[in-house]
Amino acid sequence: MENVSAFGPSERPTRQTPAGPKRRGPNLHRFANPGRFLRLSGAILPWLTVIGIAVTAFGLTWGLFFSPPDWQQGDTVRIMYVHVPAAWLASAGYFSLAVCAVLSLVWRHPLADLAAQEIGPVGAVFTAICLATGSLWGKPMWGAWWVWDARLTSVLVLFFLYLGQIALIRAFDDPQRGYRAAAILALIGSVNLPIIKFSVDWWNTLHQPASITLTGAPTIAPAILWPLLYSAIGYTLVFAAIVLARLRAAVMERRVRTLLLARADHAASGAGAVAA
Amino acid sequence: MTHLPYIAASYAIGIVLPSGFGIAAWLRASAARRRLLAIDPRAQAREAARRGRDGGDGP
Repeated sequence: MENVSAFGPSERPTRQTPAGPKRRGPNLHRFANPGRFLRLSGAILPWLTVIGIAVTAFGLTWGLFFSPPDWQQGDTVRIMYVHVPAAWLASAGYFSLAVCAVLSLVWRHPLADLAAQEIGPVGAVFTAICLATGSLWGKPMWGAWWVWDARLTSVLVLFFLYLGQIALIRAFDDPQRGYRAAAILALIGSVNLPIIKFSVDWWNTLHQPASITLTGAPTIAPAILWPLLYSAIGYTLVFAAIVLARLRAAVMERRVRTLLLARADHAASGAGAVAA
Repeated sequence: MTHLPYIAASYAIGIVLPSGFGIAAWLRASAARRRLLAIDPRAQAREAARRGRDGGDGP
């Protein structure tokens, strides 16, 4: 049987010393081995899925039924338990795209391109959830579904960046060119992340400033903060589980394609030898 | 509960979209695994070893 990599012969993560023989790559490249990745992810994925769903369900149930209403906003504050985790994951997802872009452009890590391809649609969905739930929160509180406020506009730009990344990967006949173009877009687009974060400080916006910061105490009551944290952790685990499942599927699909191509090559060369 | 339709719509979006994406990812991974098992002897050997460790024939 053909001994072929899931990544194809030109994309195999080999490293050569000046003397010639292969040496063991850095730790990062150990996970470029498709078999090892599938084994590891296969062991992690069921736990990640079950814990993610359980923690999300716990956080959302607590937020919807047992947390107190806000003194100003009333019960609409409960939308926060969906909106805020989606907003965090929209930004975190794009940050992970930028990390994949660096791994791909600098170290040519073969899984980084596949990871970027699979993170993009999931990040776009969470950005869409953020925008939709923000709109549903804005209508009763601001009286408008949408305002061209700096925070909302910068998140809309993030959504378009995700769509651009998804489209670029599929825009070229040569997948490597698509991955490279999408990686460059991801790096350039990451400039938008600090703009999203600080938009509420830099401009006078209708959107409220951050209530939770790394440097100061949160300005949210603990009875509201705890279900929010559970919901955020749960959604993060669900996000990771979806990306991991998609990445496993992509690795296996690529290996199937590589094996079928190798068989077709083998059959064609055999037929050529018989004809000669 | 005030503004119930807005809250219900938000929770529906926040649950349905990730669930749909999760189910689609799981189905895609299952289909890819079946295709790989059908043509890759190494994957078949790994699967056989896994079933042996689990102590059953599996599905």
